[in-house]
Amino acid sequence: MGTRLRFIVPVMAAACILCLARGGTHGKTGMSGSWLKNVPLYAGTRTNPYAQDQDAVAAGAKLFQRHCSSCHGKDANGTGRVPPVHSITVKNASPGALFWLLRNGLLRRGMPSWSRLPDEQRWQIVTYLQSIQDR
Amino acid sequence: MLVLAFAAPVSAADPPYFVTYTHHMEEPGSLELAFENLVGRPQAGERFLGSLLEVEYGVKGWWSTEFYFSGQGTRNDSTLFTGYRWENRFRPLMGEHWINPVLYVEFANLSGADKTMKEVVGFDSQSKQNTPNAEARVEKKREIETKLILSSNFKGWNLSENVIAEKNLSNEPWEFGYAVGVARPLALKASPRPCRVCIENFRAGVEFYGGLGTRHQFGLRNTAHYVAPTVSLELPGGTTFQISPGFGITSASHRFLLRFAVAYELPGLGRYLRRLYR
Repeated sequence: MGTRLRFIVPVMAAACILCLARGGTHGKTGMSGSWLKNVPLYAGTRTNPYAQDQDAVAAGAKLFQRHCSSCHGKDANGTGRVPPVHSITVKNASPGALFWLLRNGLLRRGMPSWSRLPDEQRWQIVTYLQSIQDR
Repeated sequence: MLVLAFAAPVSAADPPYFVTYTHHMEEPGSLELAFENLVGRPQAGERFLGSLLEVEYGVKGWWSTEFYFSGQGTRNDSTLFTGYRWENRFRPLMGEHWINPVLYVEFANLSGADKTMKEVVGFDSQSKQNTPNAEARVEKKREIETKLILSSNFKGWNLSENVIAEKNLSNEPWEFGYAVGVARPLALKASPRPCRVCIENFRAGVEFYGGLGTRHQFGLRNTAHYVAPTVSLELPGGTTFQISPGFGITSASHRFLLRFAVAYELPGLGRYLRRLYR
C-alpha cells in the first residue's frame, strides 16, 4: 500500500494539472470591460500622481515589459486569448479604474493581482498604459 | 531546450522569504523553477547541505501548485534523496483586501534524513539532525501539512503570517508551527532607465519562524525558533537570487543557518500546452 501511494499521488497530481492547464488565462471578459462595473466609486475617481510625467511613462514601459508583456504582448496587442491593452476599454477607463485593476487583478479570468508591486510602480504602469492609447 | 523556448523577460516581484508564504500566487500559465539550499551544523554533529528543487505552476489566478524534490549531503556521511512534497495554495477571496487569506495543503513523503527545514513545527530541533543518514533514512514520514496564510500589502510593505498544522499519517499527534515575514523593495518607484543590479531590483526583509509543540504539549517550551534577515535581487531577465542568514534564539535551535536560492520564471507554458491539445 505504501509503495502504491508513493507513485499514485504524483501521477494523479500531474494528470490533474495537465487537465487544468487547458484552462485559460484571461477570458474574453477582459476585452469587453465588464470588470469596470466592479470598480468602487472611491477607487475610480483617484487621480494619477504621475499623469503627463515622461519619466513615469518610461518607467512604466519598463515595468510593462517586465511584468505584463509575457501575457499582453511586447507591443501590448495581446497574445492568443489574452486581450490587448491597446483598446477602447483601456482608453476610456479612468486612471483610478486601471490602478484598481492592477491591484486586484481578475483572478477568475486569469489576470493576477499586482498588489505585490508598490503603489508608485502601479501608477507608473497606468501612466504608460494611457500614453500608448493614441498610438 | 523546450523549457528555454518559453524564456522571456518576466519577474515575479515576490517578497524574499524562504519559509513564510504570502498571498501572491504564481501567474496563471507560468512555471517557476527554483533551487533552494540550506547549510547548517547541529551543535554536536556534522555540517550539512539540504537542497530543494521546486517546480511551481500557476494553474489559475486563485490556485498555484508546486512539487518539491529534496535531498541532503552531510559531511563525513553520505548524500541522498530524501523525498518529495506536493503543495497546493488556494485563494478564496478574489479581490485584494487589508488581510488576504490563502489556504495551503501539502502532502509530504519524506525520509527521516530530510534536512531541508522547509518549515519548523512541533519539537523539531537541531539535535534530531545528528542521526547518521543510514539510520535516519529508514524512517518514513508521510505527512499532511496545512497552513492558514494571512498576508497584507501596504505602502510597499508586505506583512505575512502563517499558522502551520502538520500531521504525520502514522498515528502521531498534530504538530504546530508559525512563520511571520515582513519585507519591502528598497525603492518604491522604478527608474526610467533600464538597469540590472540597481536598488529597485532589491527586496529586503526579515522572517521569524519556529515550532509550537504538539496537540498534547502546545507552547514554546523546548521548541526551536529563528530570526532570519533576508534579501533578494530580481534581474529583469526573470532570474532571482536570494540569501538569508538565520539565527537560532533557543537552545533547541541551530545557532546559525544559511539559506540561499536561485529561481527562474518561465511564462507561457500553459499556452503551449493548450496548443498541443488543439
